[in-house]
Amino acid sequence: MAKIKGTVVIDTEHCKGCKVCVVSCPCGVLDLSSQVNGKGYNYCYMANPDACTGCASCAIICPDTCITVYRQKFE
Amino acid sequence: MAEFEVQKTQENLVYSRTKVLTDNVMHYCPGCSHGTVHKLIAEVIDEMNMQDKTIGVSPVGCAVFAYNYLDIDWAEAAHGRAPAVATAIKRLNPDKMVFTYQGDGDLAAIGTAETIHICNRGENVAIFFVNNGIYGMTGGQMAPTTLIGMKTATCPYGRDPKLHGFPYKIGNIVSQLEGTCYVTRQSVNTPAAVRKAKKAIRKAFENSLAGKGVSFVEFVGTCNSGWKMDPVAANKWMEENMIPAYPLGDLKDI
Ligand SMILES: Cc1ncc(C[n+]2csc(CCOP(=O)(O)OP(=O)(O)O)c2C)c(N)n1
Ligand code: SF4
Ligand code: SF4
Repeated sequence: MAKIKGTVVIDTEHCKGCKVCVVSCPCGVLDLSSQVNGKGYNYCYMANPDACTGCASCAIICPDTCITVYRQKFE
Repeated sequence: MAEFEVQKTQENLVYSRTKVLTDNVMHYCPGCSHGTVHKLIAEVIDEMNMQDKTIGVSPVGCAVFAYNYLDIDWAEAAHGRAPAVATAIKRLNPDKMVFTYQGDGDLAAIGTAETIHICNRGENVAIFFVNNGIYGMTGGQMAPTTLIGMKTATCPYGRDPKLHGFPYKIGNIVSQLEGTCYVTRQSVNTPAAVRKAKKAIRKAFENSLAGKGVSFVEFVGTCNSGWKMDPVAANKWMEENMIPAYPLGDLKDI
């Protein structure tokens, strides 16, 4: 059966750790890291990468446009 | 799970940062609605292929630095005067796509006269209005849009209509004026709302190019710092308090 999988790349230096992407992801993929970036923000990362479908909800809502989304179909 | 490893190729790309946004890190607080609205305006300008033909007028307020974030031509107006500046720019450059970007202190308080009269004259300009119910930049003072009972630096016991007047819906007011063709109230608190808001921006820009008059797009937004909440809580507070007071949807579309 064909499977749609996604992945995201987060610009961790632009990220301000606002968390709106985390609560907008329908698949529970994202979370805030315990690590901080150059500005001292706990940046966002893929805590559960296998669940990503590449729907781009996180990227659409990110106020700082930090997220790039890829999606691929596997036959 | 190596068999399902998504290749990060151009072919698989579904979302990336538009080239109309500069690489500068926005000075806005984490989660601020201004960032999301900037991004949407940039994406629409890119999709319409109008980067070289767009002139924005930035306000006084947190969005004063919008010119650092969208790589288009800009003018900066005195507090509340963006509609007057945009009127001149559009009349002198009728082929350009001209918009103002304003907060509620800017557009609905000090700039009320300019707002009403651009809408009454029906200039071919798009107005993007971020209503966060507060003066963000100056530290969270009461705005004309502050909700009844809402606490701010200048109404620490909550807004009392007897003392401070009532919050007013300037979108509803300008929808009554002959010069507006499109008046809508949107938000950017969920992915679905963001998609709708983007369509409204596109329509406003298209109306301005078609010479239909003023399109007025209000975004009910958050000011986490001014409201003293984290960004996720601010979105929730906005859904529960701001949206009932400022209902979303089109007020006029002709
Ligand atoms: C003529 C003038 N009066 C007052 C000010 C001070 N001032 C700067 S920003 C601002 C309010 C901005 O609030 P708003 O338009 O709601 O934008 P926000 O910062 O919330 O996005 C005020 C009163 C000013 N810069 N110029
Ligand atoms: S693309 Fe969709 S599924 Fe993947 S992290 Fe973003 S919101 Fe979640
Ligand atoms: S929405 Fe953007 S800025 Fe906020 S935590 Fe997610 S990636 Fe970072």
